Amino acid sequence: MSFLKSKFHHPRLARNELGLTHRDYEGSLSTLCAGCGHDAVGAALVQAVFELSIPAHKIAKLSGIGCSSKAPTYFLNQSHGFNTVHGRMPSVATGAGMANRSLKYIGMSGDGDTASIGLGQFAHVVRRRLDMTYIVANNGVYGLTKGQMAATAERGSTTKKGNKVLWPDIDLATMALELGATFVARSFSGDKEQMVPLLKAAICHEGFAFIDIISPCVTFNNHATSTRSYDYVREHVQEGLIADFVPVASDITTSYGEGESNDICLHDGSIIRLHKGSNGFDARDRQSSLGAIHKHRENGEILTGLLYCDPTYRDMHDILNTTETPLNSLNEKELCPGAHTLNGINNGFR
Amino acid sequence: MASIKSVNECVIRFANTNGTGSASANSMFAKAIFRMGIPVSPANIFPSNIQGMSTWYDVRVSAKDYMARREGSPDIVVAMNAQSMADDVRNVRPGGFLFYDSSRQIDPALMRQDITFLGMPISEICLREYQAPNLRQLFKNVIYVGALAALLDIDFSVLKGLVADQFKGKEKLVAPNVHALELGYQYATTHFSCPLSIRLEATDKVGSRILIDGNTATGLGAVYGGATVVGWYPITPSTSVVENFEKYCKRLRIDPASGKNNFAIMQAEDELSAIGIAIGAGWNGARSFTATSGPGISLMSEFLGLAYFAEVPMVLVNVQRAGPSTGMPTRTQQSDVMTCAYASHGDTKQVLLFPSSPAECFNMSAQAFDLAEQLQTPIILMSDLDLGMNDQLSDALTWDDKQSYDRGKVLNEQQLDEVEQFGRYLDVDGDGICYRTYPGTHPDKGIFFTRGTSRDEFAIYTEKGDEYVKNMQRLERKFETAVNYLPQPILHPANSGSRTGVIYYGMSDVAITETFDLLAEQGHYIDGMCIKSFPFGQPVQDFIDAHDQVFVIDQNREGQMRKLLIMELEQNPAKLVKVTHYDGMPITATFISQFILQNIIATPVKRNTKRTGS
Repeated sequence: MSFLKSKFHHPRLARNELGLTHRDYEGSLSTLCAGCGHDAVGAALVQAVFELSIPAHKIAKLSGIGCSSKAPTYFLNQSHGFNTVHGRMPSVATGAGMANRSLKYIGMSGDGDTASIGLGQFAHVVRRRLDMTYIVANNGVYGLTKGQMAATAERGSTTKKGNKVLWPDIDLATMALELGATFVARSFSGDKEQMVPLLKAAICHEGFAFIDIISPCVTFNNHATSTRSYDYVREHVQEGLIADFVPVASDITTSYGEGESNDICLHDGSIIRLHKGSNGFDARDRQSSLGAIHKHRENGEILTGLLYCDPTYRDMHDILNTTETPLNSLNEKELCPGAHTLNGINNGFR
Repeated sequence: MASIKSVNECVIRFANTNGTGSASANSMFAKAIFRMGIPVSPANIFPSNIQGMSTWYDVRVSAKDYMARREGSPDIVVAMNAQSMADDVRNVRPGGFLFYDSSRQIDPALMRQDITFLGMPISEICLREYQAPNLRQLFKNVIYVGALAALLDIDFSVLKGLVADQFKGKEKLVAPNVHALELGYQYATTHFSCPLSIRLEATDKVGSRILIDGNTATGLGAVYGGATVVGWYPITPSTSVVENFEKYCKRLRIDPASGKNNFAIMQAEDELSAIGIAIGAGWNGARSFTATSGPGISLMSEFLGLAYFAEVPMVLVNVQRAGPSTGMPTRTQQSDVMTCAYASHGDTKQVLLFPSSPAECFNMSAQAFDLAEQLQTPIILMSDLDLGMNDQLSDALTWDDKQSYDRGKVLNEQQLDEVEQFGRYLDVDGDGICYRTYPGTHPDKGIFFTRGTSRDEFAIYTEKGDEYVKNMQRLERKFETAVNYLPQPILHPANSGSRTGVIYYGMSDVAITETFDLLAEQGHYIDGMCIKSFPFGQPVQDFIDAHDQVFVIDQNREGQMRKLLIMELEQNPAKLVKVTHYDGMPITATFISQFILQNIIATPVKRNTKRTGS
């Protein structure tokens, strides 16, 4: 069965600062299964980028291999994309980021791509603080190869075919925190209201931003004994810190009483506004975040929302002391030392 | 037995323990000969180890400019390693000399009548002269260089000049080093009859050439070629390519106004990531490279397939070493030819360049960045350990300031405005090379999705067989076009209408003049061709066609270049004779010429022809 995506849209659709509608940020028609969480992630991304008024061509989207990694085709059609090899998106994103520091980079990966074959690359891209938004659409299962368990599936749960998951799972948000990510969040593809501000904040954050999004697989991991099904996740989600995203230079009209909100100011001037919730942990304190994640895990809950943010850290380019001009735009004059210098070098070898 | 008599033709071997600081003293010795205007070729034979194992440094001196390894025993051995002493004594050529530290008595069983023993109590002298144990060890090396200067008649002022150069900025160290040289020099002149029958004489055979290793030249080539992004992972013998790139970038590529770097280097977690970084940067419009050796090539294969199929420019420097697996990591070979030519699964092909000297490392390294962007595919520079890590007597490096980088078919914003229809894989010019755009160029034109899956001319995913075939055929066409851009083989005709040819590449080239001379002595004048790139062009086909018998020299077991020629040019295997050398040491002219003499069909002639190069 094939579908054509309608080009028709309402003439009075809302427009952003660039005069674009959210339809200008859409992608090709998805070929993922109907109801796939990944499409909801894509839709949230479309909304986030639309609302941030970022020109789509100033974004590059990168992915590995798997259902999640196919997803970039289905959002931001006006962005260059690179569907690389399995588990290796982080290195390609690193090279891309090194080449041109003026673009925004969105990496889209899955649990197999990041927690298994690409775990090494994931760890190192976190370490090197690449300025990018790294999304894992996490469904605990291998979709494209039809239902094998992933490394993020919880021990004791069973696959659709009835096989028990024998090994403990890897929690990527905890890993990212341990390895020095400067922005860590977790969300649920069924909660767009939570996803959109988190994605906006992640994109505006200068440094490595990681979002683990529980994104159920309707075909292979939505059964009763799964712990990554829509029903199970809905029942076990605990929203921790509720975050609003306040863009740069916007008029702040809402007034909060003392103790009701808590701001984290990002590099570009935008603000993450945290509502004081009942899950009192400090999102600026790595240890506090780790503690909260562990505590909820022990209670059988999935802690979502902003987990950690520190906008004061330096990113990869600051550490490397790279020039502000994107390296890909330097020319011979800046790059080639010339014949005269070479003659001097020759003399050093005589 | 009479001692060997020679002037400016000899091999001197230094036997040391690694980690004792002998390397800088030994290279000072080689450099002194170079500065006397005598062609010299040093080679480090070292273990995969940091301290305590045997290491040798062979220096071939040849006024005839024979710069390959010489077959057989060295004329002089400087035996400073008790561990390898027995072998070192045994290895001296009859009529030669053994210079050793006589502080410890030599095992009488090792004594030979056919060589001259030159004992000098170096350790005792050091014990007397120096207090600190590390200095006692360090200056041993300098002392024997001083002694050799007397024994071989090396101009002492040249050595003093070298010390001054070496310690520029640390002048305090000049006097003690010169003093150590003098200690050795004086001991030798008072205790031995100097110079020996093997000696050196200043001449003018070096000309404007330089003494440089290939990896330094390759790293410099990348600086000149405009590389800005590097991903790498340390591995012998390629490590110094990136180290040198970084060294020269820090000197030449820091923006004077801002103090910021016009380059970015990332030491990655492994070779997979290293090449991923290069590919990401190439895709994003920066000139990028990575450098590796054997095992790294295996790991990079998957990514090489992606870059081939998705058509992403990047440069890969492969400094080959002896395989398979970990093999002999500190020995040389040319054994990655086949694996690189077809790196990755599926129908893949890669562009290879084969340098034979540091000057070519420099030129090809710089040119590789143009080629990668012109052809939109990885370019693999096939160096090797011998070329990369040993100093070679090389033509000086040259650069033409009038040349500019060729960034290939890339559309900018204005050009995209003028283009009616953009298709990333649309073969507009019919040469198989399509137009690409960098991310971020234009708000709504020229945007595409890069992938390793099959796609149509507009970069849209497809599994349609005919679209797939069309794309694969275009890629084939692109590689036919590629041949026109690549450096062509260098011919060395014997000018004798010879029916015998010899094909070689890389470091085998260094042995070829000597080989031709040895063959000429036996009445054989054969044509030579040094291959510089893959895929092969018409000149390679023509050369094979023009001869009845063609020897193909490979420094690997399989005769990989020969197999590649047979397959790619559909040659009769019987016509191409395999000459293989793969014990990890560089090939010698004696080895090649003996093999050819035993297998050549043509009958020798008595004639004197003058060989030309082209």
